[in-house]
Amino acid sequence: MKPIQEYEKDIASIRTMMERSSKFISLSGLSGVLAGIYALAGAVAAYYIVHYPVSPDPYLTYSITEPGVLTKLIIIATAVLIASVSAGLWLSHQKAKKHGIKLWSPASRAVLINMAIPLISGGIFILIMLYTGHFGLAAPACLIFYGIALIQGSSNTYDEVRYLGFCEIALGLISAVFPAYGLIFWSFGFGVLHIIYGSILYNKYDK
Amino acid sequence: MKNPFEHLDKMLEHRVRLQIMSVLITNNIYDFNGLKEILDVTDGNLASHIKALEKEKYVSVSKSFLGRKPNTKYKITERGRNAFKKHLDALEAVVKHVK
Repeated sequence: MKPIQEYEKDIASIRTMMERSSKFISLSGLSGVLAGIYALAGAVAAYYIVHYPVSPDPYLTYSITEPGVLTKLIIIATAVLIASVSAGLWLSHQKAKKHGIKLWSPASRAVLINMAIPLISGGIFILIMLYTGHFGLAAPACLIFYGIALIQGSSNTYDEVRYLGFCEIALGLISAVFPAYGLIFWSFGFGVLHIIYGSILYNKYDK
Repeated sequence: MKNPFEHLDKMLEHRVRLQIMSVLITNNIYDFNGLKEILDVTDGNLASHIKALEKEKYVSVSKSFLGRKPNTKYKITERGRNAFKKHLDALEAVVKHVK
């Protein structure tokens, strides 16, 4: 028989082990803010390519059918994606180092695998949409699939990620009703929401 | 009142073994290196405790290769899951009993 404090410690250690082994806690809040800023910068660039100098409404008939526009948009989107993912990896790596844990853990692997399924299927679906000329619903589809991916990944990381996922899905559905304003919704979902969520995460866990 | 101490599982009274089981009950499958990192114990220490749990049939082992590196994975058995739950109930009872 052990002293009673030892049994209390046993219970505490069960909780710690359960959390530490299943939660990816190196996720950096700051990288969320950066991803949001990159997305906004990308959206501004896209605006000048697609809409300028025409107003947002008639873009389907005017701009996107012009040769080269779609390719430019895909290049911008890819640049935003690469910049955001690199910032995320780099800053999360730093955070993991600070806490003395490895970035590549069973928990982070679980986050990645769970997110990969909706992200890859969504990505392929969006590419098919673009090549078949369904431009109007591409932005809503980005938001919805990204939201689903976040919710899938959230069981192994901070709860805030799940709420961000719900917001992205809701925004995506609303934006599907207003296909001409895809870029505006896209910048809100990937830009503004990321900045808000990143700051919350930063204030709560990174300070 | 019955003595709640008698429901404690001798095998799980050891902290490291209890921690191994806690990780396995949440994650289903975990590998040796992952366990070592989380528990912050030496190879030998971890191996001997896992062996004990294996002998008791609380965990099952599967060995495979990742490239040329051996990769040993552990999984909790039904028996282990039940034992863990019973032990946790007993722990709670013990703590409550004393207070």
